[in-house]
Amino acid sequence: MKTALAARYVPRFIPLPPLLPALAAAALFGLGVLVHATGLVDELASRWEDITFLSQQHMELVAISGGLAILCGVPFGILLTRPAVRRMAENAMQVLNIGSTIPTLAILALSMSVLGIGERPAIFALWAATLLPIVRNTYTGILEVPRHLIEAATGMGMTPLQILLRVEIPNALYVMFAGIRTALAVNVGTVPLAFLIGGGGLGELIFTGIDLNEPGMMLSGAIPTATLAVLTDLVVALVARFVVSRGVMPGDR
Amino acid sequence: MITLDNLTKIFNTSMGPVTAADRVCMEVAEGEVCVLLGPSGCGKTTTLKMVNRLIEKTSGKILVGGRDTDTIDAVELRRTMGYVIQQIGLFPNMTVEENIGVVPRMLGWDSQRIRKRAVELLEMMALSPAVFLRRYPRELSGGQQQRVGVARALAADPPVLIMDEPFGAIDPINREVIQDEFLKMQQTLRKTILFVSHDIDEAVKMADKIAIFRGGKLEQFDSPDNVLAHPANSFIADFVGGDRTLKRLRLLKVRDVLNADSPSVRADESLDIAVRRMHEHDQGHIVVTDQDGRPTGCVLLADAVGRHGAAGDHARALPSPVRLDADLRGAVSSMFTHDAEWLPCVDEAGIFRGQITQRGITHRLGDTYRAAAHAAAVPADDGRPVAPQHFRGAAE
Ligand SMILES: Nc1ncnc2c1ncn2[C@@H]1O[C@H](COP(=O)(O)OP(=O)(O)OP(=O)(O)O)[C@@H](O)[C@H]1O
Ligand SMILES: [Mg+2]
Repeated sequence: MKTALAARYVPRFIPLPPLLPALAAAALFGLGVLVHATGLVDELASRWEDITFLSQQHMELVAISGGLAILCGVPFGILLTRPAVRRMAENAMQVLNIGSTIPTLAILALSMSVLGIGERPAIFALWAATLLPIVRNTYTGILEVPRHLIEAATGMGMTPLQILLRVEIPNALYVMFAGIRTALAVNVGTVPLAFLIGGGGLGELIFTGIDLNEPGMMLSGAIPTATLAVLTDLVVALVARFVVSRGVMPGDR
Repeated sequence: MITLDNLTKIFNTSMGPVTAADRVCMEVAEGEVCVLLGPSGCGKTTTLKMVNRLIEKTSGKILVGGRDTDTIDAVELRRTMGYVIQQIGLFPNMTVEENIGVVPRMLGWDSQRIRKRAVELLEMMALSPAVFLRRYPRELSGGQQQRVGVARALAADPPVLIMDEPFGAIDPINREVIQDEFLKMQQTLRKTILFVSHDIDEAVKMADKIAIFRGGKLEQFDSPDNVLAHPANSFIADFVGGDRTLKRLRLLKVRDVLNADSPSVRADESLDIAVRRMHEHDQGHIVVTDQDGRPTGCVLLADAVGRHGAAGDHARALPSPVRLDADLRGAVSSMFTHDAEWLPCVDEAGIFRGQITQRGITHRLGDTYRAAAHAAAVPADDGRPVAPQHFRGAAE
């Protein structure tokens, strides 16, 4: 079960295969051609100011809610692996798993009913929706560090804290980053919903576009959202490449 | 240096208690290699891990360097012992250099000193530092990983090493190579080493003392030669194998059975002198040497009678000479290969030093059995019971 969970949250291409940027470029180009043919370029250009403003707001929501999720999720995941709480850890993970089955929209609604309308309930809901993959991957990543490495470290005279910092976390880092990556991808894609409770972001263009039956407007929210999702993913992958030791990166590099 | 006193470990499992070590007593002197030997599950790893307190003992005492390990902080204790685990256990996130530097770093060495030490150790392990310092464990072969594992254990120059099947993951040929390197190193380092193995050949090769376990009990604790020559019971006899006397050959050097009082004759000396010397030594052959004393051939008595001239003119081809420091197993193998009753022996410079004979070898191997038979016949001889009986008693 552990491995299945981990497998689900391990994207396969953190070490940026050269194909990926090429594919992305090709897709963007194709999209550009399509967009141009339908007169979307003019549409986007005319809304450029809105798009940049809302994109910024969008990414602020991502940064704050995602950042908080990482700041809470990683330490919490680590805490769950400590021997003192190991016994409750599986239960805690069950609770989190059940929590993650609640649709994001429902979380937003609940959040709004408690915290009212605006950015704060939006950030809280996004934070909650992002937390699980981070906690789960931190937890399984550290638990999957082979027992014998811990034993070697102990036998060499490392203290539990040294083992955590020098052996367990560095060797779990790849899996942890995979969780963060998934979490942020979900986060960027969920932010548009935040508009529904007054959170702002590109959802404004998307939902207004739908309401007014203006596909141009809707797309000028949807396309930047998709682009931001891809860019966020690339940034996380890039950071992982610098932070995760080459010795634990899968692949033959 | 290391004393185990009635060391006992009982694991409480869901299937009831399992006794993994049962009142184990032994003493390993400073600079000695003690090999813990026995079939799978007999308690070798458990015994080893109690020494560095990875497993807490149930009862008994462990003294290291005269100090009771219970009185030493576990972390501090472990930093004075190099540890090689059964699964090698190099840290995948660290380069070879970082892996070797783990303990030195904890001891507060600066990075220059750590680098220097890593280079030194890699050279000692016959791994080129320029190539390997920056590699990650997964970029190494199994054998290379094990060498780095041993280097890592040696990093802070601990007086004690405990190694759990450190060469287990290597193919037989490379294993021999690493064992040889390790022995050479040990000759200069003189560490006190506990070494787990389940390979009798490895044990015989590496050990000063062998401790044979069965089901958590120490069945025999003795020198390799005694374990082979006088197995304490039938279990050990089976374990060390039916060819155990042949295995003893590896423990002896050519010099141990050398007959230094063997005649030789220079090639330019006359055949008469050669014949006279053969008669003096009552043997049917004589080695012919050059001016410097290097053997070049031999003259047989049967060929020489009734002939004249220089000894060199009547010389036959020589059975291939063996070096004094070669192990006897190779020498005997060479004897069988060449169907030779005897072999000439040379020193490092290739100078003739004497000969070994099949009779001399069998006599030497038989010494210990005759001594045992004698001692058994006269038990009170030196006030000490004979090894086999002693240990059979202890095992029960
Ligand atoms: N943590 C544990 N809990 C319960 N039983 C254990 C534990 N560790 C070892 N044992 C048992 O103790 C006995 C000795 O195990 P140990 O690992 O010392 O064997 P070993 O001689 O090292 O074997 P091998 O050659 O296979 O490594 C075995 O019967 C094993 O099942
Ligand atoms: Mg073992």
